Amino acid sequence: MDKFSVFSARLVEKGEYFTSGHRACQGCAEALAVRLVMKALGRNTIVAMATGCMEIVSSPLPTTAWEVPWIHVAFENASAVISGCESGMKAMMRKGKLPPKKINFVAMGGDGATADIGMGQLSGALERGHDMIYVCYDNEAYMNTGIQRSSSTPWGASTTTSPAGKVSKGQYTQKKDMPKIAIAHNIPYVATACPSFPFDLMDKVEKAAAIEGPAYLHILSVCPTGWRIPSEEAIKYGRLAVNTCVFPLYEYEHGEYSLTYRPHPILPVREYIEGQGRFRHLGSEDIDSIQERTRMEYEKLVKLSEED
Amino acid sequence: MARPMDEIRWQDLEIGAAVSEHGSSSEYKTGTWRSLRPVVDKDQCIRCGVCWLYCPDVAIKQSEDGYFEADLEYCKGCGICARECPVGCISVVIEEF
Ligand SMILES: Cc1ncc(C[n+]2csc(CCOP(=O)(O)OP(=O)(O)O)c2C)c(N)n1
Ligand code: SF4
Ligand code: SF4
Ligand code: SF4
Ligand SMILES: [Mg+2]
Repeated sequence: MDKFSVFSARLVEKGEYFTSGHRACQGCAEALAVRLVMKALGRNTIVAMATGCMEIVSSPLPTTAWEVPWIHVAFENASAVISGCESGMKAMMRKGKLPPKKINFVAMGGDGATADIGMGQLSGALERGHDMIYVCYDNEAYMNTGIQRSSSTPWGASTTTSPAGKVSKGQYTQKKDMPKIAIAHNIPYVATACPSFPFDLMDKVEKAAAIEGPAYLHILSVCPTGWRIPSEEAIKYGRLAVNTCVFPLYEYEHGEYSLTYRPHPILPVREYIEGQGRFRHLGSEDIDSIQERTRMEYEKLVKLSEED
Repeated sequence: MARPMDEIRWQDLEIGAAVSEHGSSSEYKTGTWRSLRPVVDKDQCIRCGVCWLYCPDVAIKQSEDGYFEADLEYCKGCGICARECPVGCISVVIEEF
């Protein structure tokens, strides 16, 4: 359970801005993440979305699952397109051609679109200081084209382009730390989130929308198809990622780090790794090395959050 | 309700592949994908809404009496609601269409 009274679910915004009929796989927590992000943003939102699962499943021409203005752009330029929307509309408001209004300008992309292909454009948009939110849905591979590794795929995960076998343990590089790259741009707000913790996620989206200037949200989005887990366990594995500190929930706000959720007790990473088909080939020593790295990274984060 | 997809011809498409009818994907009933069906035991249900909040397919609706139930037109049968219900009152049965 999230750290909420179970009844608070009923208090959540009833409006849906990402609707039924989308073609995401059964139990897709990436689709759930989009749904929750949109709930928190509400109607006054414009979305530019990079190609990827969420774009494909939500826009089967001639229909759309979106209830807000939404545009599908190329893999690399969601942040460039939303920068243009923001600047253009701001100019029109200034000239009195549009009524002044608070609009959420949001770019969205998968981990491939964000950590690999759209990195340059994202960096440019963050640097220019647009009043925008960038949301990365990280399912740790290029899922839409059939589970190819990205720079956000964790060490040891087997994908079609980092297959485990006699000579390979799957992905041989460590996961790129995308939120830290966003932080390095000195933007006002960066946060990590996971739909298994829906209230934490929606709070962060609201904060990102309220803050002036660029905000970056990195959302761990469990993909049952690519992670090779049963569909009903998508929420459970997101919770395990957080409770084992493999994916800590934190915020970076105006230069200060804070952990928004501290697992207690911290569970062994084994509980997260075991049961996922993409890690099935890993032995005890491999899991120990993941455990050690996870512990070190988490300690660094705790230190950062205690510095101020 | 959106126009059925098979009635739209390519000549009807707008320039730039624009889609002017929002939320029209709901015209497509994903419920036909389902091989399992969630069933709520209302006697145990505490009407908390956790199942509703976690459904990736926006397929749980609250009825007037406050209970939450799967909308079978869209429910894909992933089983998340059954797994996450805090009192365990949702069971999953094999779907027979
Ligand atoms: C420039 C370019 N290269 C490749 C593709 C093919 N392609 C479409 S979606 C996709 C995978 C997207 O991965 P990610 O951004 O992680 O999103 P996910 O599908 O995992 O949600 C790829 C490789 C493309 N559309 N454009
Ligand atoms: S492949 Fe994964 S991310 Fe893509 S729709 Fe299916 S479950 Fe969701
Ligand atoms: S999660 Fe369970 S108890 Fe809560 S509303 Fe749904 S069925 Fe009822
Ligand atoms: S089985 Fe899955 S799709 Fe169906 S109502 Fe439950 S959570 Fe939604
Ligand atoms: Mg991906």
